[in-house]
Amino acid sequence: MSKILIVAEHDKGIVKKVSLSAVAFARQWAAKTGMSYDIAVLGQNVGPVAAALTAYGAGAIHVADHADLAHPLAPTWAKVLADLALDIGADVVVAAATTLGKDILPRVAVRLEAGMASDVIGIVQTKEGLGLRRPMWAGNLVGDVIITTDTKVLTVRAAAFDAAEATGGNSPIKAFAAQPDAAKSRTRFVSFDGVQSTRPDLAEAAVIVAGGRGLKDKFNAVTEPLADVLGAAIGASRAAVDDGFAPNDYQIGQTGKVVAPQLYFAIAISGAVQHLAGMKNSKVIVAINKNGDEPIFKVADYGLVADAFSAVPELTQKLKALRG
Amino acid sequence: MKILVSAKRVSDPNARLQVAKDGKWIEGDVEYVMNYFCENAIECALQIAESQDGVETVAVGIGDEDTARFIRQGALARGIDRGIYVAAEESEIDSDLIARIYEGVVHRERPDIVLIGKQAVDGDSNQVGQLLAEYLGWPQATFASKVELQGDEAIVTREVDGGLEVIAVSLPCVITADLRLNEPRYASLAGIMKAKKKPLEELEIDDLDLDDADPKVKVVALSTPSGRKAGVLVKDVDELIAKLRGEARVV
Repeated sequence: MSKILIVAEHDKGIVKKVSLSAVAFARQWAAKTGMSYDIAVLGQNVGPVAAALTAYGAGAIHVADHADLAHPLAPTWAKVLADLALDIGADVVVAAATTLGKDILPRVAVRLEAGMASDVIGIVQTKEGLGLRRPMWAGNLVGDVIITTDTKVLTVRAAAFDAAEATGGNSPIKAFAAQPDAAKSRTRFVSFDGVQSTRPDLAEAAVIVAGGRGLKDKFNAVTEPLADVLGAAIGASRAAVDDGFAPNDYQIGQTGKVVAPQLYFAIAISGAVQHLAGMKNSKVIVAINKNGDEPIFKVADYGLVADAFSAVPELTQKLKALRG
Repeated sequence: MKILVSAKRVSDPNARLQVAKDGKWIEGDVEYVMNYFCENAIECALQIAESQDGVETVAVGIGDEDTARFIRQGALARGIDRGIYVAAEESEIDSDLIARIYEGVVHRERPDIVLIGKQAVDGDSNQVGQLLAEYLGWPQATFASKVELQGDEAIVTREVDGGLEVIAVSLPCVITADLRLNEPRYASLAGIMKAKKKPLEELEIDDLDLDDADPKVKVVALSTPSGRKAGVLVKDVDELIAKLRGEARVV
């Protein structure tokens, strides 16, 4: 029977929620095609990750545990994923459209002689068969595409698929004898400088407080207290990141992260097309900007034309008081 | 050393876009710009060429006829040594075919580094550099925000989820450029004059010995996403809190 292979991403032994969105996609695709789905876990000492995935209805959890897979370097991970896909006869390989998925999956596609669709937001029935919907031109247009090869590779936008819930069951865990061929990869991991944060991940946060260039060197002073009160993640426009007021990891937009929280605060953000592409699917958008003509007000559910330096602290204080 | 760099024109994503009647591509009076990430790739190539002797830089553009003009004005005028234009119908090529066209050019040119924009802001696929690296069996360093050459290695800082990763890849390699890699320069008047005399080779896909020129992914329909309606303006913070609590029930 035809199979979908889902690539599970994990961090410090925990499955990333974005990968459960890939599971959600797989369930939808499986329902339309009669396929089943397996999950691949690559890395070193990833037993706990595999164990945490056994309740999601997969036919099997394939574990490739190898010292040379400790860091997700594209040539080695792509080789092992493609080997695994061939071994189990997978027709579809899917991962979340994270930097990891975007880095590695195209190489898997070449190895499998498959076409690939990036950043999929939906499954559509087209005149030419079952297709995939994806944003193009910074989200100004959506394209329905079909992959013409028998084997298909794709990344899915996590914000478009609610994370799959565990359904019980007990998927078997199978060890895969990985051969990463690290020597041939000519790639060496040097270091990782992680953003230290106690806040939720942007991709997983229910509330996001995002700031723009207008906040200048008060970026943290304005956004952090409000984020603290709401338990929110902090994001930024590209302009704020380019000017050094916020770290690159905060960037929301077409070329940064795409998010869809329950509540999104756009503070001193003008609302350039490329920023809107990253947040316009948020459930509720609040814009606070002193210039009422900014395009952000065209997508905001609630707009407040006010100086962020006074309005945001006031908002923070009043919300704090309400929450006791 | 030889560096191959991408020079792709894109229809400006900030402009109004009109979907063609057959629904498969855009049409009409479209404004084109150099792909932002290609500008970063070009700047990176120029900086490497300026920092050491004996570096040749070659810009590659694939697309409709007008692409050749972009190679000259956007790459050669900025200082890239020469250009290669490969004619192709933009609505008929996918990332995979573009990567295979690049592979054909790499076999002719034998560069040490291929520098490509991390994505084109029309198709937004973010695949070509990675596909090319696998076709060539080369290492890759995607989403680069810093590139340093040390001996036969490139030490590349990558912008990844959760922070910055540094990897070392040995040459030859593919590097894809992110926005914070550098600040692209403008072409100088002297550069624009010089560019007119720089070599710009024109090729057809058939010149590149590909197995086939068939795309693996086809756009079947393009449409405009349903827009979001503007909401209401509130007069002050108190009204905002009241709306968020009462109407939206989100705080």
